[in-house]
Amino acid sequence: MKRDLVIIGGGPAGLAAAVSARKEGLEDILIIERDTRLGGILNQCIHNGFGLHTFKEELTGPEYAARYITQVEDEKIPYLLDTMVVDISYDESTGDKKVTAMNSRDGLFTIDARSVILAMGCRERPRGALNIPGYRPAGIYSAGTAQYYVNMEGRMPGKKVVILGSGDIGLIMARRMTYEGARVLCVAELQPYSGGLKRNIVQCLDDFGIPLLLSHTVVDIMGKRRVEGVTIAEVDENRKPIPGTEVFYECDTLLLSCGLIPENELSNKLGVRMNPVTGGAVVNESLETSIPGVYACGNVLHVHDLVDYVSGEASEAGKNAVRFLKSEDAAEDDGDVINIRTENGVRYTVPSTVRISKMPDTLTVRFRVGNEYRDKNLAVYLDGKQLMKLPKRVMAPGEMEQIILVKSKAQEIISGAENREHELVIRVEDKE
Amino acid sequence: MEIRELTCIRCPIGCHITVEMENGEVKSITGNSCPRGEEYASSEVTHPERTVTSLVRLKGGERPVVSVKTDGNVPKEKMMDVVKALKDIELDAPVRIGDVACEDIAGCGVRVVVTSNVG
Repeated sequence: MKRDLVIIGGGPAGLAAAVSARKEGLEDILIIERDTRLGGILNQCIHNGFGLHTFKEELTGPEYAARYITQVEDEKIPYLLDTMVVDISYDESTGDKKVTAMNSRDGLFTIDARSVILAMGCRERPRGALNIPGYRPAGIYSAGTAQYYVNMEGRMPGKKVVILGSGDIGLIMARRMTYEGARVLCVAELQPYSGGLKRNIVQCLDDFGIPLLLSHTVVDIMGKRRVEGVTIAEVDENRKPIPGTEVFYECDTLLLSCGLIPENELSNKLGVRMNPVTGGAVVNESLETSIPGVYACGNVLHVHDLVDYVSGEASEAGKNAVRFLKSEDAAEDDGDVINIRTENGVRYTVPSTVRISKMPDTLTVRFRVGNEYRDKNLAVYLDGKQLMKLPKRVMAPGEMEQIILVKSKAQEIISGAENREHELVIRVEDKE
Repeated sequence: MEIRELTCIRCPIGCHITVEMENGEVKSITGNSCPRGEEYASSEVTHPERTVTSLVRLKGGERPVVSVKTDGNVPKEKMMDVVKALKDIELDAPVRIGDVACEDIAGCGVRVVVTSNVG
């Protein structure tokens, strides 16, 4: 089988990328999804708050997904369900990409793909990655797994619940479990700030009187067959538990909402350059990885806070893949390149390099900060010259930030330079 | 004089707003940095409302439950009544987004609609 564009993953990123590629006139597209339905994680996110940017209305997760699934169906974009991609390979001499997948109908098969969009999403950080001491009884779930049991299968994972980590899924599950009759005793967060959106803290915890314990963590799990309780202690500024602050909470369930990790096993095997900060691929202004014709978007690239931004990013990836296929992308590539460096509170950016010749008139650069900042400036320098200085009332690790780079402004600054390699620095600064 | 402390959720700044109340009436709102915060605080202390999203049971479907939402806000204090009333509802598969699961939930005068397509 040969395909112009193979999209790995049929969640919000894959769907938006497919719809956008079709709108750019591409006929030959295939979406490969391992689940039994399209829509990805949105199917189990039955709460509302999705789509405020994209559709200017508040939708639930399944409704948001359905908007894109309907477009995929209307456009007759082919997709394979219950199909797992097991390998993507790249032949440097020919530029060929081979996608190997399997399902119970066709067995193992290979697709020759002229271009690939990586849209595999992310996975929750499991208990094994958290180093929590104690027994390993039943009753410990990642928040998303509990969400699947409750919202998709109609089953309750437990009755008396402690949640570790204040990521959005954990906060959402605090309300969900309360609705379904469970008692949520508290949410413990290791950091001195919450990892989730403010509106979720207010509407999922405050509304139900569920305490959020900042700078606290689980230091012991009791129970041999089933969770019988957890011990929570306060931590110091080095995140070390403070002796004497331990409190025992009797409970039958511990939910973990301690961060998301992009699911990049395929990208690693393929050999694309990775960013150790995001756990996703390194991409340029076109969201293209270090392998030509292979793009990445959505949570597999970097974990987003709002699905609206995933859709926007994925649409760009879809568009750029079509430009690549039409060879519009093949124009001279030896022009000026901007490498983006982050420092002083800015953890990473997507993209991390910008080829001026391929840069659109305005380019959105997304990033996250590593701490909670109030009343600071966000400063951007290009080749040492200040490009912008944005006053920021508040920036928090839980919420994604962005700046818009204007091509003409960047060109003005670099036009006189002899060097073709330029440096853009983004940093948090004190106000004078 | 009653004092209510709120975190504004209209934008990511999350202003800490203090509302002074007397006999159920707002006397002063401080701590907000924009008019939206004032509006939020005033409605939040006088008639707080929420959209409820939950599940109802589904008969003969590919899943035993289907997601629903109130088609509009309900008073915040009625949230748990709404959730309880949803437990008595069972729909027959297939269901489509927008199907009405209940015309008036828990006496709030608000409909409940299906939010997933389930065969």
